[in-house]
Amino acid sequence: MTDQAYNFAYLDEQTKRMIRRAILKGLAIPGYQVPFASREMPMPYGWGTGGVQVSAAILTPDDTFKVIDQGADDTTNAVSIRSFFERTAGVATTTATSAASVIQTRHRIPEEPLTEDQILVYQVPIPEPLRFLEPRESETRKMHSLEEYGLMHVKLYEDISRHGHIATSYAYPVKVEERYVMDPSPIPKFDNPKLGDMAAIQLFGAGREQRIYALPPYTQVVSLDFEDHPFEATKADQVCGLCGATDSYLDEVIVDDAGGRLFCCSDTDYCTARRAQGHQGPAFLDSEAVA
Amino acid sequence: MTPLLSVNGVTKRYGAHIGCADVSFELYPGEVMGVVGESGSGKSTLLNCMAGHLTPDAGQVIFDTRTDGPRDTLTMSEPERRMLGRTDWAFVHQHARDGLRMGVSAGGNVGERLMAVGERHYGDIRGKATDWLERVEIASNRVDDRPTTFSGGMQQRLQIARNLVTGPRLVFMDEPTGGLDVSVQARLLDLLRGLVRDMGLSAIIVTHDLAVVRLLADRLMVMKNGHVVEAGLTDQVLDDPQHAYSQLLVSSVLQV
Repeated sequence: MTDQAYNFAYLDEQTKRMIRRAILKGLAIPGYQVPFASREMPMPYGWGTGGVQVSAAILTPDDTFKVIDQGADDTTNAVSIRSFFERTAGVATTTATSAASVIQTRHRIPEEPLTEDQILVYQVPIPEPLRFLEPRESETRKMHSLEEYGLMHVKLYEDISRHGHIATSYAYPVKVEERYVMDPSPIPKFDNPKLGDMAAIQLFGAGREQRIYALPPYTQVVSLDFEDHPFEATKADQVCGLCGATDSYLDEVIVDDAGGRLFCCSDTDYCTARRAQGHQGPAFLDSEAVA
Repeated sequence: MTPLLSVNGVTKRYGAHIGCADVSFELYPGEVMGVVGESGSGKSTLLNCMAGHLTPDAGQVIFDTRTDGPRDTLTMSEPERRMLGRTDWAFVHQHARDGLRMGVSAGGNVGERLMAVGERHYGDIRGKATDWLERVEIASNRVDDRPTTFSGGMQQRLQIARNLVTGPRLVFMDEPTGGLDVSVQARLLDLLRGLVRDMGLSAIIVTHDLAVVRLLADRLMVMKNGHVVEAGLTDQVLDDPQHAYSQLLVSSVLQV
């Protein structure tokens, strides 16, 4: 009964207009963090309140919605956000990347290339890439406006001096259109090359920090690095145990208490689709051998 | 010869209270100017006004920039002033903690200014950082240690290295030897004197320690209650003070 009391997609129309204005401004200035009046959402901060508000503002009744959490469609966060919009917006949902028009994601970009008809919405915990180097917000804003990004390289310098290589493996800072340095949200740096020149619109929402930023289609995005320590998109040096993919980002799963491990695609939809096509990974071959 | 820095009638008030009033002087390339006075005499206010940390209520601070010649830094745009702040200018704080990033290694601290002006080659940055650590007498195997593991004197030397790495032409120093014990002070002064002479630096040193200016400064200004009461060559002012306050200051130095 209370369901009927909600507006389409939970937020009221004025709030959605406010968020859409922030999104448009973000698209006009790629990489710039636009402040917006983030609302209380019926979920805790850190569960994707920013992403949910952005999704609510852009969803239409004709959209097909997909939610992924660390690449998976079936984890708590993904399931609860998907059912939230099923209830409050009544939109169709899917787990197939190609069938979705709006994809809300936490920590991954789907393996399957996105198209111009799709929108990718990221959940962002900390939008400010300079936060842990310079705690003053007033100062980081000034650094953004004056394009003073030397400090970002200090972080990479510290990585190399301590580990011998750039050890930052997620939330790897990027420069957008040679202007703003942006935190791509905690996606693995394996996904960084996909950020640039993407056909889909990419929107980033940070609920607690009250910031929205965006990348319009086909934006230039460059990962920061040193001349003698160039950027490298890394992944586990394995193949997917389930579908045998060699080019996808892998999760390492502990499968027993005797040190048994399984590497498998973190993008569950990609993995499932490949298996449906008949691909098989070494994990199946092993288990058949045992059986 | 064009003065590197000319200060005209710089005045800063804190409400009804005077920070510094109508200070004017000129600093020529390669010259070291000392500013002495008791606590609250306006030395630090003057220094912060010149370095762009405070905005004076009146006056001009004209710096001879590399590209455009003499320009008033107070009417410059903020990006230009901040660019000066990390290229041609350097600021050595009294407390090294104010001038260093304590969570970043010594090498990162020295390298920050290089990266801020666009160096993007890790090997070069590290090489220069190591070189500068050695120049300020910090062993090169400490390059990856954090400043928190350094002694007070080492932190101060690290701060100096971090400031001088981009080859500035003008260094502002606020009590660079304050809070250090005398033997460490002597070593730091020796180092500073060497660097100033080798690099042909111009410097403005604010201190209440007359021994520091005797060693480092060519010229001296004595401040009291925000006003400059006496100015001249260091030896002249210290050996033959004219103003009553300068006489008091010189006679207050403890003799061992």
